[in-house]
Amino acid sequence: MDFFLSRYRHLTVLLIVIAAQLVLIAYQVKTNNDIPLIRVWAVTAVTPVEQSLEFVRRYTWGFVEDYFVLLGVRNANEKLERENGQLKIENNYLKAELSTADRGRALSVFQARSPSKTLAARVIGNGTGANSRVVFVDRGSTTGVESGMAVVTPDGIVGKVVDAYPTSSLVMLITDPTFAAGVVSQKNRVHGTLKGLGHAECLVDYVQNEEHVDIGEWFFTSGDDRIFPKGFPVGQVTAAPNGKTFKEIYVSPSGMQGGLEAVLIVLRGVHQEIPGAEIASPAYSILPAPTEATAQTPQGAPQPGALATDADRLRAIYKEVGAEQNHTYGEGPPGSKPPDFTKIPSLHGVLPPNAAQAPRVNAKAQPSQPAQAPAPPKPAPALSSAKTDNPPASVGAAAPAGPNPPPAANRPLVNQ
Amino acid sequence: MTEYTERLLTETPRKGTADRLRVVWLVVIPLLAILSQVYVPRFISALSYLELPLLITVHFALSRGGPIPALFYGMFIGLVQDSLSHQPIGMYGIVKTLVGYFAASVSMRFDVQNPVVTFILAFFFYFFHQFFYWVLSRALLGETLGFDAQQTLVFGLLNAAVALVLFRLLDKLKVAS
Repeated sequence: MDFFLSRYRHLTVLLIVIAAQLVLIAYQVKTNNDIPLIRVWAVTAVTPVEQSLEFVRRYTWGFVEDYFVLLGVRNANEKLERENGQLKIENNYLKAELSTADRGRALSVFQARSPSKTLAARVIGNGTGANSRVVFVDRGSTTGVESGMAVVTPDGIVGKVVDAYPTSSLVMLITDPTFAAGVVSQKNRVHGTLKGLGHAECLVDYVQNEEHVDIGEWFFTSGDDRIFPKGFPVGQVTAAPNGKTFKEIYVSPSGMQGGLEAVLIVLRGVHQEIPGAEIASPAYSILPAPTEATAQTPQGAPQPGALATDADRLRAIYKEVGAEQNHTYGEGPPGSKPPDFTKIPSLHGVLPPNAAQAPRVNAKAQPSQPAQAPAPPKPAPALSSAKTDNPPASVGAAAPAGPNPPPAANRPLVNQ
Repeated sequence: MTEYTERLLTETPRKGTADRLRVVWLVVIPLLAILSQVYVPRFISALSYLELPLLITVHFALSRGGPIPALFYGMFIGLVQDSLSHQPIGMYGIVKTLVGYFAASVSMRFDVQNPVVTFILAFFFYFFHQFFYWVLSRALLGETLGFDAQQTLVFGLLNAAVALVLFRLLDKLKVAS
């Protein structure tokens, strides 16, 4: 045995070491347990060095690496900035194209709907002059453009043609200091003269201080200047202080707010009605028109449209008396027999016969008469025909004496 | 048998010069090798084929006089490797024990200073290491790992090439005892 160990000492040690490790593996596999002691030692020995290496790497090679990364980032940043700039330019170009397309479509729609005959034109350049506000459009006399024609957009008036050349025309904008046009306010129907000021706003002149103009109120062309057809929007009031003699009404032109690229030249203008206040400034709201239920008036209350004064009632009584006696006022020759006024009833007493058809003032004075008259009297023919498109706002059974519609100015407006 | 061949088979210059690595290097170098194996591939994945602990084991076995220190040295490096892996402890230990023993046995018969011999031995022991580890994995752990002989041969050549340079560097750390 001793001979064997001395003769094969190396091999014996090898076998022992291998066998020991095999037992170790067998134990781990068999019990499914680890040898934590060896692993902890190994990991404890290795990981601090690893951490130190990582620390050194981070502050040496990592620093150099970060430097090169930053160099790359700088280059990438410059590249991205260039790309971003190109994309911005492209985006702006596409937005401009889209806006132009929208404006062109709006122009064509407006051109088709407007009763005035118009000609689409494109602004091709500005005129010279420090204070002048004129532009050139690509339509001239060969296409029917003449001096003095109005130039508008769907949003409002723009100016007027001052010179028409064969292939182009010179248009004076409404902001030019020498420009003038007749305008009227939408709500209060205040007439004035629109003047350019050389900058973005215009002035409505010759409006008395006593006139009332609201901030935000719209002005429309009045057609008084014989250039702009009536009914084209001009702009909104931005300020309206009182001046020495006239109000200083400043208007922000609506026709040029979206830029000036495409315009319409009014070849043959047609006056239009000024739109209602529905499109006026939404700064205030108005209650809607009263319904029939709310229009019913309590008994005894003065009826709208009824005779309200004693003189009116007395005149009605006299007319009744004259009609009974077949007398026509104002037709008899001088010296002819007048009607018998001795049978005139007292003003607040019993009414003469057929007086029921006359408008009544106080239902309490006629207890025998029902408060609700069965048949409302006919309105005046002229007035009726004039208001056929405006039905009375309130026609209630309790308001027989008020069939006449209120005047247009007093009609309630709905702010939509 | 020529004089050169005779010298290749009989002389053991490493043993003759009796150069010895300092003890501190005996600990630090394997530790660095293991560290490089677990740390460097994080940043340079192409270097994961390097089996530096094996090369250190081979170099130690070729440099030392007897197989016993070499097999213990291999066992030590292998167990540390096992500790840092998810395998049961002892797999690399057994393989590197065998490598250390056989390398030390071979070093008594060949001129391991010769680069050609160094290259061939490094290549052989790399292939042996990989193959025996595969055998142990299948036999002891029942793992069904495949053995890519072609890839192992290529990596063996690469490790042998690295061993030429590495052994030169490690020889410079020797001091005359």
